[in-house]
Amino acid sequence: MSLYLLSLLLAAGSGIPGLFLRRRGAEVAAGLMTASALAGIGAALGVLAGGPVPSLRLPALALTSPSLLVLDAIAAWFLIPVLLLAACGAWYGVRYWEDAHGHPRWVRLVFGGLTAALILLVAAAHTWLFLLAWEAMAIGAFFLVSTEDRLPETRRAAWIYLVSTHTGTLCLIGAFALLAGVAGTWDLGALPRGFASSRLGTQTFLLFMVGFGLKAGVMPIHIWLPPAHAAAPSHVSALMSGVLIKMGILGMVRLIAWVPDPPLWWGALFLGLGGVSGILGVAFALGQHDLKRLLAYHSIENIGIILLGLGLGLIGKSTSQSALAALGFAGALLHVLNHSLFKGLLFLAGGSVVHATGTRNLERMGGLAKAMPWTSAAFLTGSWAICGLPPLNGFVSEWFIYLGAFRAMAGARWPWSVGVLAALALIGALALACFAKAYGTAFLGTPRTPAAAAAHEAPRMMLLPMAVLAGACVLIGVFPMVIASALDRAIAGLGQALPASSRLAHLPLVTVLALTLALLALGLARWAWAGRRSEPVPAELPTWDCGYAEALPRAQYTASSFADGLVTGARWALFPKVHEAQVQGPFPEPARFESHVPDLVLDRVLDPAFRLGSRGLALLHVFQTGQLPVYLLYVLLTLLFLLIWMVV
Amino acid sequence: MSQALVPALLNLLFRAFVVLLLPPLIPGLITKIKAWMAGRSGPPVLQLYYDLAKLARKQAVFSRTTTWVFLAGPVGTVAALLVASLLIPLGHTAPLLAFEGDVILFAYLLGLGRFLTVLSALDTGSAFEGMGAAREVSFSALAEPALFFGFAALARATGSLSLTPMLQSHGMWTAGHLSGPLMLILAGWGIVFLAENSRIPVDDPNTHLELTMIHEVMVLDHSGRPLALILYGASLKLVVLGALLVDPLLPVLSKGWLNGLAFLGGITLLAVVVGLVESTTARFRMNKVPQFLVAGVLASAFAFLLLLV
Amino acid sequence: MSPDFLIALTMLTNFTLVATSRVNKAIQLAVFQGILMGLIPLAMGLGKHTHILLLALVAIAVKGGFIPYLFRRALRQVKIRREVDPYVGYTVSLMLCAAGTGLSLVLAHALPLKAGTTPTFLVPAALATLFTGFLLLVSRRTALTQVVGYLVLENGIYLFGLLLVEEMPVLVETGILLDLFVGVFVMGIVINHIHMTFDSTDTGFLAELKD
Repeated sequence: MSLYLLSLLLAAGSGIPGLFLRRRGAEVAAGLMTASALAGIGAALGVLAGGPVPSLRLPALALTSPSLLVLDAIAAWFLIPVLLLAACGAWYGVRYWEDAHGHPRWVRLVFGGLTAALILLVAAAHTWLFLLAWEAMAIGAFFLVSTEDRLPETRRAAWIYLVSTHTGTLCLIGAFALLAGVAGTWDLGALPRGFASSRLGTQTFLLFMVGFGLKAGVMPIHIWLPPAHAAAPSHVSALMSGVLIKMGILGMVRLIAWVPDPPLWWGALFLGLGGVSGILGVAFALGQHDLKRLLAYHSIENIGIILLGLGLGLIGKSTSQSALAALGFAGALLHVLNHSLFKGLLFLAGGSVVHATGTRNLERMGGLAKAMPWTSAAFLTGSWAICGLPPLNGFVSEWFIYLGAFRAMAGARWPWSVGVLAALALIGALALACFAKAYGTAFLGTPRTPAAAAAHEAPRMMLLPMAVLAGACVLIGVFPMVIASALDRAIAGLGQALPASSRLAHLPLVTVLALTLALLALGLARWAWAGRRSEPVPAELPTWDCGYAEALPRAQYTASSFADGLVTGARWALFPKVHEAQVQGPFPEPARFESHVPDLVLDRVLDPAFRLGSRGLALLHVFQTGQLPVYLLYVLLTLLFLLIWMVV
Repeated sequence: MSQALVPALLNLLFRAFVVLLLPPLIPGLITKIKAWMAGRSGPPVLQLYYDLAKLARKQAVFSRTTTWVFLAGPVGTVAALLVASLLIPLGHTAPLLAFEGDVILFAYLLGLGRFLTVLSALDTGSAFEGMGAAREVSFSALAEPALFFGFAALARATGSLSLTPMLQSHGMWTAGHLSGPLMLILAGWGIVFLAENSRIPVDDPNTHLELTMIHEVMVLDHSGRPLALILYGASLKLVVLGALLVDPLLPVLSKGWLNGLAFLGGITLLAVVVGLVESTTARFRMNKVPQFLVAGVLASAFAFLLLLV
Repeated sequence: MSPDFLIALTMLTNFTLVATSRVNKAIQLAVFQGILMGLIPLAMGLGKHTHILLLALVAIAVKGGFIPYLFRRALRQVKIRREVDPYVGYTVSLMLCAAGTGLSLVLAHALPLKAGTTPTFLVPAALATLFTGFLLLVSRRTALTQVVGYLVLENGIYLFGLLLVEEMPVLVETGILLDLFVGVFVMGIVINHIHMTFDSTDTGFLAELKD
């Protein structure tokens, strides 16, 4: 426990020395965060390696709880990505913020606070502590999102985030209150049998799903996620997308652990939400030109994949198919870890690109692989992993979920999980299209603007965190055995004793095949490279392009054109907006063509609804006189009314 | 010991032959059939071998726009296909590797090849190649579900999650009520086969109009050895995906070598069928292609539904 | 000293407060009332509870010491003597205050409260002080007088709290004190800002901020 507490304190205090130091405050903060990560990851690995589960009690606090903080296997599993990303983000932020368009000291302080809140949250075993940490996390993230608050877009994003996170918290307070009513205590723990199927259980479950779903960014209630991720500084986006939204998943995982007998429809709901989030998330991502918004929609997609895994696990738990439960839960939990690794990597690499070119618009980039080879390699690694392509880590977790879906379908009980298979296949293919678009447009070809041509490689201190994350992606992808036993311990807490690795005795084969692939590729590359043109002229030849004299940068295929086929194909769900000028006459005027995909829920439903509502509420402006005494008079009148009402 | 070793070695040799030497023959066969159907004599069947030999000796030109990604396309595609070919059973011969869930690895290895090819096309900065890349990813998004519905149906029927038992369970299909679903699966996969291998009616490997191509337009700028890899990879893909179509139809024979011969016969027959299809159908307009692929998805999905009844 | 005497004194203070136009005097009266608040629990014989004794001392210290200090500072900065033009005139205020006190007596009788040891006038006085505070807040223009109103209002709540003083945890009472402190503090800042912006402490100017 002491390691864990040390980690908590170090993270919480990491920004404080920087307040007083004139120089090097960022390095000190990053150093403290690294120490915190080492301590915390040490504690977590101890638990995951089968060590005793540390817990903290504070009898003096007069709370009747047996323990306040419990670092069990699930907590440890979630703690690792939190600390890894926080440390990487802190180092990355050292140089990212040196131009200081904001308040670097302030950002560091809140960054440390947010990390501490996350550390506290994963291990919270008491309702109040959980909610406290939850709120601290929400507020911390709000401050970080609004870092660049001189931009109206950022203020809007922060505002939307604040409203939705508090809506979520409200639901959680309700749900926890209902839960406490049943359990008779504020401690979080196992629920009685039969509760889940009762009416009260259903209400609790739905409240939890709204509260946790809002945080996780499940599709119909994801509205805050794309704008907030786009507006936040990149290392904050990495932390938010990598671990903050996973806290919604943590909540769901805890809920699953507490309920011994979930009804079948819970699993079905998870699968439905997962399918919708996954497919629509990636479809919306295809329509984005803003690199960070694109990545944010991919977070929604990956949350969808995680929900598919949890749903399969839940179905396994409901129908007592322990192999299915193990595969589903293992896939979901592993994907939680994997997604934080590769999404963190992508946000950091994307941030470097934004930093170097000064724009988030993909259409204004191009050809960056030459100027930024390492960032380009990092982004490619992230893209490779997020598409679930072997031999990187994204493949392993998706593989588990696929296997779960196959198993559920092959057994006679739940043939409809074939839908999960089709959804996963579609998601995979679309994600591939989307990242081919993102990587291809930003890094390949020729620069489309002078700013992109003048881009420079990120400093080493920003590359190093990316290298760490990329290394972790490769490690888990090529040697999945290393995490197998830890994963088993983590899913054991979910009510399924069967270890997943027993179903996957062939994990070492993945290593063999991955190494074969790498060797083959190396050999072929050597052979092909040896046959390049040897005369001294060659370097300056342009792309042949069927004999066009010079391939202009402007003539390159754009990101919008690349995605156009798919976006048009899915226009019944995406409703892309196209601004097209009519071209008339033999000598037409210059014309513009533009298309973008606004968010379905936020821009098409909520915004108009709220505008209508605010017009209705404008009638109440009569009462808003602006005079303080009049407001106080309202209070007095209300008080009088209540008093008299009570008496009469 | 030696009694077990000799068949295993022979099997290995057979696999090496099929994977490394046989593939360039298949496009040659298809071209020959098409030529005969059109009343021409056509290029020799071994033409692709000559082409590959020539390209291997030629020097490659790399445009100044490109990076190492340009080379990763052909190299990665061939490497991924070679690894995928380790997983696929060739007829009823013993597989090299078979484990639970290798189906998914197989499908994702094909995806890896596609990803790298698309990226290497975008690396040239050419509008044509970008266009081809966009078409490739769009159409494969529809081909993927068709492939997986087929796998799902086979997994449901055989109760296994590994390619080898799935594809080598010929006995089940002759059992009557399962032949309907099998036909539907093969129809769906046939469409996937044509689309993934860029054959008519989805794509035309022989066209010279850049605006209408899919796969060929992505590799316009490759030359020399990388181009050789691309051509070999395309033919290897014909064999690997062809095995999916051929395997379930082959009867189980008593001798190992007979089974091998049966597979070779099956693949040859497939090449003939493709040649016939290409001779008798016209290429679709680009906006008709998605409908064709959706038909493939529906066929495999119905196969699964039939198995539920 | 009997508690009823102190409570009556409190009510008298209320009347004086609404009738005075001098800001300085209003502040003195509020401070005086604050000290009374500290003395009442002691007069009720609650001094035997340590925490109540402590609380009373803190209340006297804050209300009789720290808050006047803040006021004096604010006064020095804004240089105001009188409430010149209240929304509600002094005579009318006095009548309203009387009406409020009457209403409190009626209400106090009818309210379902725990009968017993509490002094007879405690509940009506609490309500009356509450109303007086509100009256001051509503009817005065100068921000300083409004702060006085806020203090009086809080005194009313405090008196009400005395009903439950033996059961109420320390936490709640300290909370109220803290709340008061922060309230005055913030008001001080606001007064300063109003003064800087509009060159007057008339809160009516704040109406310009509404959208």
